[in-house]
Amino acid sequence: MRIALFADIHSNLDALTACLTEAEAEGAERYAFLGDLVGYGAEPGAVIDVVAEHAARGAVVIRGNHDAAAVAGETDTMRDVAAAAIDWTRGQLDARQLAFLQGLPLTVREGEVLYVHASAEQPSQWIYVSDEYMAARSLAASGGARYVLSGHVHEPTLFYTSAAERPVPFTPVPGKAIPVPAHRRWLAIVGSVGQPRDHNTAASWAMLDLARHTLTFHRVPYDWRSAAAKIRAAGLPEFLAARIERGE
Amino acid sequence: MAGELELGETLDGFRIDEQVHSGGMAVLYRVSGPPSDFPLLMKVPRLGHGEPASSLISFEVEQMVLEALEGPYVPRFVAKGDLARVPYIVMEQIVGRSLAEWVGRSPLPADEVARIGAALANALHSIHLQDAIHLDLKPSNVMLRPDGHAVLVDFGLAHHGHFPDLLSEEYRRPIGSAPYMSPEQIAGGRSDPRSDLFSLGVVLYELATGQYPFGTPTSERGLRARLWSPPLPPRAIVADVPEWLQEVILHCLEVDAGERYPAASQVAFDLTHPEQVAVGDRGRRLRLPGTLTILRRWIRATGYEPPEVPRPSATVSRASIVLAAVASTHTNEAQADAIREAVRRIMAAGGHTRLAVVSVVKPTSDLGGDTEQDTASRQRIRHLVVLRHWAETLQLTAGQVSFHVVESADPAEALLAYARANQVDHIVIGAPPRDVALRGMLGAVSSRVAPDAAPEPLSFFRLLGTVSTKVAAEAPCTVTVVRARSAG
Repeated sequence: MRIALFADIHSNLDALTACLTEAEAEGAERYAFLGDLVGYGAEPGAVIDVVAEHAARGAVVIRGNHDAAAVAGETDTMRDVAAAAIDWTRGQLDARQLAFLQGLPLTVREGEVLYVHASAEQPSQWIYVSDEYMAARSLAASGGARYVLSGHVHEPTLFYTSAAERPVPFTPVPGKAIPVPAHRRWLAIVGSVGQPRDHNTAASWAMLDLARHTLTFHRVPYDWRSAAAKIRAAGLPEFLAARIERGE
Repeated sequence: MAGELELGETLDGFRIDEQVHSGGMAVLYRVSGPPSDFPLLMKVPRLGHGEPASSLISFEVEQMVLEALEGPYVPRFVAKGDLARVPYIVMEQIVGRSLAEWVGRSPLPADEVARIGAALANALHSIHLQDAIHLDLKPSNVMLRPDGHAVLVDFGLAHHGHFPDLLSEEYRRPIGSAPYMSPEQIAGGRSDPRSDLFSLGVVLYELATGQYPFGTPTSERGLRARLWSPPLPPRAIVADVPEWLQEVILHCLEVDAGERYPAASQVAFDLTHPEQVAVGDRGRRLRLPGTLTILRRWIRATGYEPPEVPRPSATVSRASIVLAAVASTHTNEAQADAIREAVRRIMAAGGHTRLAVVSVVKPTSDLGGDTEQDTASRQRIRHLVVLRHWAETLQLTAGQVSFHVVESADPAEALLAYARANQVDHIVIGAPPRDVALRGMLGAVSSRVAPDAAPEPLSFFRLLGTVSTKVAAEAPCTVTVVRARSAG
């Protein structure tokens, strides 16, 4: 079973389309969207429609903090640009799209795999898995899952557990299949589809192969000029357009 | 978990035919299975009660790294067994002998040390280019095939830049084999390919002198001594060790990785071109430095930190070998200038690029010289003078550039063979003139075809015109085909 993983799409349809095209070419058999479908970008409705189509065919879709904010209109904890984008996003979505976001679960557990947007420790608190310590807490709260697959943090990272069950971070090399045998536990942050922040403009996604026990992180160049132009045309904060032009 | 297997037993389709080795960490069996054009070896780790957990992690590392590596310098990977079930690796059984057999006969003559050392360096370069580092290089982990190629075995302590380093977090103490371990490894660094070059230096030292440069320390303090206490120069132990060989060995054994060769390919280059080694004080010294120098080294060692290396191939790729194919008797100054400018731009990119200036000349016998001027060695010197002059304005240091006159009736094949044998990364070669496609004059081909020479048979020019084409088509690396800008 090859599962294609997409996180932090952030209303970037250009990036999502590029990732989905590559995932299909790589033989994806299942799709999982790890939250934050919306926010920041200019095409929230179109992104939700694409994801909802996949969901209808059995894809896993998880709720992210931006999705929750778009539903509830609560942006108190967000930075100004994020809050501005959420306010704008709410006005773009129809009832069906809002209902889709509203129905998303915080976590999905399937066998050895746990899908969650941020830390598995109190998923609704959106805790960043930003270091070994936070990774250990997320793994501890994952109900014994071998593979915890998340987003929220935008830089692709793979935490593996040492013999002492201590997670250790690894920055993956794009396109290289990493053996992830099931006798260890793994926490993967698959990177952001729609708003990469590691000084590389290319969109991130990852493929987990449960038969071969490998995980491959991918980077796909996409038309960020188009995505940035749409952000500007929508009147969203300039910072959000500039950000995807620089990948930071 | 896995213990010893019964002969005749079948595991995942592999029949156990013979136990060939029973070591402390693993047992090796000759096995038969699906048809293959090489003999198969199964390695099974010793696990279970009384075996350290580290041996399982080490085996996991070996499975991961060996499966990812390619090329003739590592055993070909065939299959692996799930660690949670029956861990094993099935791989190519290397037909050849262990380098450990040579150590018993050391000190060996310099040419033999150089031959083995170059084979080892080529093997290391191959895995370094693949982003892997062996980190446990020693004679018992090297097999020599009958054709002289070296094969690296036992990747249980290896690091691969594409994968999490499972070993780095498991050990608080340095891991490796005490006599061969680099200063970086002693300080916990596991990501620098130049660590393998240090170990290579230890192996060369051992082969050349019959002794370990830093003994066989058993304590961490004893290990750290190599950070400040320099080894006795090989020539002080075996007077026959030539200066160039000592230069190469001590260059590999520099404490600071940045002072060592930047890439294994450059070690191989020096070992196969002894006459081109720039011998300095390092190669000539016959005794240890004075107390004051050692004290200074000791003070520096107290603050030692291994260099940060982002990815193994990162340092190697900045240490390329560039081959410039240059005519040793210019018939086309504009083209010689254009090749030099192309080379200058490549060298200006920085790093530790080395330049080999190569001229292919027709075999002397074909030239039919009958005066003293035309004897082979005189010819050779004349060609070298031209090549050196060509390179002068590049202002390269002695260790950065070398000059080679190769005799061959087939210039393209000669250049390709040179590039393959010397791990060349980039060839710069002249294009045939645009307006005389068939009369293509290649920079690398010597003199005798001057513009004003009598017309030669068409087939000969056709041959010349195809040299750069053939090189570009068949080279194992990047090829820049240079043409001087014409006015029209």
